[in-house]
Amino acid sequence: MKILSFFIASLITVFLIVLFNTNLIFPAPLGKLLSPQHGVWQNAEPVDADFNASLQIPGLKSSTRVYLDDRLVPHIFAEQDNDALFVQGYLHAKFRLWQMEFQTHAAAGRLSEVLGDSKNGRDVLNGADRLFRRLGLGYAAERALKEADKDPEVKLHMDAYTAGVNAYIKSLRLSQIPLEYKLLGYTPELWTNLKSCLLLKYMAFDLAGRENDFEATNARTIFNMEDFNALFPMVQDTLDPIIPRSTVYPKPGIVVKPPSSVDLLYLNKDRATNIVADKPDRDNGSNNWAVNGKKTISGSPILCNDPHLSLNLPALWFEMQIKTPTQNAYGISLPGAPYIIIGFNDSCAFGVTNAGRDVRDYYQVKFKDKSRQQYWYNGQWVNTEFRYERIAIKNKRDFIDTVAYTVFGPVMYDRKYNGGRVADGNEYAVRWKAHDPGNEFKTFNRLNKAKNYKDYYAAIQNYYTPGQNFAYASKRGTIAMWAQGQFPAKWKRQGDFIMPGTDSSYLWQGNIPQEENPHMVNPERNFVSSANQFPADSSYPYYLGSSFTPYRGLIINRLLNGMNNISVKNMMSMQTNNYNVFAELARPLFLKYVEAGSLNTYEQNYLSKLKEWNLRSDSKETGPTVFELAWNNLEKAVWRDDFEQTTMKTVWPDESTLLEGLLRDSLYKFADDKTTPQKESISDVFTLSFKKAVVELRKLEREGRLEWAKYKDTRINHLLGIPAFGRMHLPVGGGSHIINATKTAHGPSWRMIVHLSTRTEAYGVYPGGQSGNPGSRFYDSFVDTWAAGKYYPLFVMDEKDIKNEKIKWEMRFSNK
Amino acid sequence: MKFLVSAVLISLISFIACLYLPWWSIAVVSLLVAIVFPQKPLWSFFAGFFALFILWTILAFIISSSNNHILAHRMSLVILKNDSPFVLMLGTGLIGALVAGFAALAGSFVRITNKASDG
Repeated sequence: MKILSFFIASLITVFLIVLFNTNLIFPAPLGKLLSPQHGVWQNAEPVDADFNASLQIPGLKSSTRVYLDDRLVPHIFAEQDNDALFVQGYLHAKFRLWQMEFQTHAAAGRLSEVLGDSKNGRDVLNGADRLFRRLGLGYAAERALKEADKDPEVKLHMDAYTAGVNAYIKSLRLSQIPLEYKLLGYTPELWTNLKSCLLLKYMAFDLAGRENDFEATNARTIFNMEDFNALFPMVQDTLDPIIPRSTVYPKPGIVVKPPSSVDLLYLNKDRATNIVADKPDRDNGSNNWAVNGKKTISGSPILCNDPHLSLNLPALWFEMQIKTPTQNAYGISLPGAPYIIIGFNDSCAFGVTNAGRDVRDYYQVKFKDKSRQQYWYNGQWVNTEFRYERIAIKNKRDFIDTVAYTVFGPVMYDRKYNGGRVADGNEYAVRWKAHDPGNEFKTFNRLNKAKNYKDYYAAIQNYYTPGQNFAYASKRGTIAMWAQGQFPAKWKRQGDFIMPGTDSSYLWQGNIPQEENPHMVNPERNFVSSANQFPADSSYPYYLGSSFTPYRGLIINRLLNGMNNISVKNMMSMQTNNYNVFAELARPLFLKYVEAGSLNTYEQNYLSKLKEWNLRSDSKETGPTVFELAWNNLEKAVWRDDFEQTTMKTVWPDESTLLEGLLRDSLYKFADDKTTPQKESISDVFTLSFKKAVVELRKLEREGRLEWAKYKDTRINHLLGIPAFGRMHLPVGGGSHIINATKTAHGPSWRMIVHLSTRTEAYGVYPGGQSGNPGSRFYDSFVDTWAAGKYYPLFVMDEKDIKNEKIKWEMRFSNK
Repeated sequence: MKFLVSAVLISLISFIACLYLPWWSIAVVSLLVAIVFPQKPLWSFFAGFFALFILWTILAFIISSSNNHILAHRMSLVILKNDSPFVLMLGTGLIGALVAGFAALAGSFVRITNKASDG
C-alpha cells in the first residue's frame, strides 16, 4: 500500500469536502448547496408539480378538504373553525415558511442569529435587533399573548393555527427546507402563539410606529414656537377629512389639560438630542372607499381597498378562502397569523387604511446614578426593572443588552444605545400604544363571521393598535367607516416633542372613548372613503398629532362625488388612476414664479414639458419626472438653509405645508436663502431651483431615463435583498399623492374590489405569488398582472364547484 | 471493463447513499468502490470523476428541465453573477466529480494483499 500517496489523496479529498461544505473559503458551502439530492436543486419545483395530498393528523376534530385552484389559492372546507385554522397554519407554512419565521425573527430582534451582526453593509445588531428589543416589541407581544390567552375562543384558534404550522415543519425533510434556509445555513424552528403576536406587533410598528419627536425637539432649537407652528401646522387648507367638514362632534367625554409647566418645560424649552430614530415608511398608508347602491348601476354597494406597504417577495399577503359552518370568508391573510385580514364573506366586505396617529412618545428620565437602579418620579426615587435581552449572533458570542423599564415603558435610548450615533448622555423612555394589551385577533375572527353592521361594530371594539380606518359595506346596503383604535386623548402638541419624565403630569391622561372615534354610517353623500388624511377637521375635540397627507383623500372624494351609475370597471379605473392632484395644485406656482426670461433653451424646453403635461403620472410621460425634480429642488432651496442651522437631525415640513404656504403668501419668509448675503424672493427661489432640476433632468434624458417609469424604476425586492430573487424595472406609473400610490419599492400590496350583489362579484391582485419559493412558477405569477393594472376574478368556491376546471388539486386532512 | 463497472457502481451507490446521508457520502462510496475494484490510480480517479460528473449533471439537468429552469436562472445569477443555468449544472457536476475523483484516487492506493504493491 502506498501510504504516502493514500494520505495525500485523502487529504485533498477532505480539503475539498471542507471547501464545499463550509463558508471557510468560499462565501457559500457550494457542495451542500448544489448537491442535486440535498441542496437548492431540490427547491426547483416542477412546473407540473402535483399538490394533491392525503394527510393523517391525529389532532383534527373532523376531516377537512382544501381545493387549490389554478392560481394556487387554497379554498378550505372544514366542519370546525379550529380545523380550518389548523389547516390555514399548515398551508401558510407549506407555502411561506421561511418568510413567516424571518419576519417574526425581525420583530423579535433575532436577525443577528441568522444574518450575523452586519450584512451587506447594514448594521443588523444595532440598526434592527437592538432597536426592536428596546422599543419593546417582544414585551408588547408577550402582553398581547397574555390577553389573547384570556379569550377561550381566540386561544383555541391560535393553538390550532400553531399546531398546523408545526405539523408541516415536523413533516419536512432536510432536503426540502426552503431555499433561503439553505443559503443562510440554518433550519426552521417550531412555531408558537407568541410568534403570531410578534407578527402583529411588527405590523403595529410599520403602521403605528412613526413619530418625529426627536427631530421636532431639535427643530425647536432653531425655530421659535410661532415659526414651528407655521412649519409643522396642526391643520391643512386642502384637507378633505375622512369624516366630512360639516359634521358636528359631541362634547368630549374626556377633557385633557396640559400640565402647568407646559410652557416652561415643554413648549418653549430649547433642547437638542443626538438620537437618530429608525422609522417606518411615511407612506405606509392605503386607500379604501365604499359606495352604496344609490351610486352604483346595479343598486348594490361596492367596496374597494388597496393597502400601501413595502413591496417585497415573498409577498406580505396570502390569498385564501375559509369555509366552515360559521363563516365563508375570502381575502388576504398574513402568513404567521390566523384569519382573513382584508376581504369579504357572504354578507359583507371589510377593508382597512392606516389611521396614523402619534401613539409613540418619549419621556426624559432622570436616573439616580450610573447604576440606573432608581429614577426620580413624582417626588421620590422609584425602582427600575431590568430586562436582559440576549441577542445571539451568528458565529459570534451572544450580546446582552440591558434595558431599563420605567413606569412609562422601556428606556429605548440611553448612554449605551442611541440608534447608531454619538450619545448625548440622556435617557429616553418610550411610551408606545402597542405595549397596551388588546385583542386584535378577536376583531378579525369576528369580522370574518360578520353578518351585519351590528356584528362589524362589535368586532372592531377589541381593536386597539395600530389604529385603522375600517370600511364596511353589506349586501343589505349599509356602508360605514370607523377610524378605530384605542387612541390616547392628548392636549395640543402633547407628544410632538420629548416630554419631561420626572413626574406623572405629562402622561397620557386617558383614551378617547370608543364611541367618539370619528365615524360615519350611511352618509348622505352615499359613499365613505379614507386615504390616510386627517380623520376630522379642527372642530374635532381631541388633538390628533402626527402628520397626515391630504391629497389622495382629496382626489378620491372629488371623483366619488362626481360619479354615478358606478360599475366595477369604473372602480378598477379609479383604483389604478394615475392623476396627480398634488401636481395640479403645485404646478401653477412653477408657471407663475419661474422667470421664463432668464432660462436658456434647454430650461425653456423642460418648462414647456411641465406646462403641457396632462397631470397623469403614467409610465411613459416625462412631465411627472420634470415635476418631481422641480419640486424636490424647490424643497431643498427653501428648507435646506433653514434646517441646516443645526447639525442635529431634523425632519423637513410636509409637502402640503410648503405648497399651502406658497399658495397663501407670496412673501413666504422661508424662501430667503440664509447662506447668501442677498434676500431671495420667491421668484428667485423657484427659478434657481428649477435650473438645478434641469441639470439633473438633462442627465436623465441622456441616460434614457426621463420617462416616469424608467426614472421611478419600480421594483419588488426579495426580503434578503437578493436581486435575482426580486422583480426589477417594472413599467408602472403612479406615485405619492396619487390613487395608484406605487413608488419605487412601496405601493399597493393588494388591490381589491368587492361588488356586494346577491352573488358576490370580487376582483383582486397582489404583486407577488402564492408560493414563497423562488424556484416555483407560483413565486411571482401575479406581478405582471398587477403591474399592468389588471385584476383576477376572485373565485368564491362552493361545494358544487369541485368539478370546476379552475380546481387543480385537492388536499385531504383527516384524523385517521 | 473494471473502469465501467466501478464507475457505474460509484454512480448508483452514491445516488442511493444520498437518499439518506449527507452529500459528501459520495466520497466514502468512491473510496470503498475504488478499494474493491483496484485499478491504476489514474483510472480510479477518472472512474470516480466521471461517475459523479455524469450523475450530478444529469440529475441537475432533469430537475431543472422539469422546472423550466426557473431556479437555475435565478441561482446562477446568485452564484455565478451571470445568467447561465447550464454552466451552473456543469459546475454542480464538477464539484461532485472532484470530490469523488480524489476519494477514488485515495482508494486506488489501498491494496489488501500481502504482496509488495506495484506502481
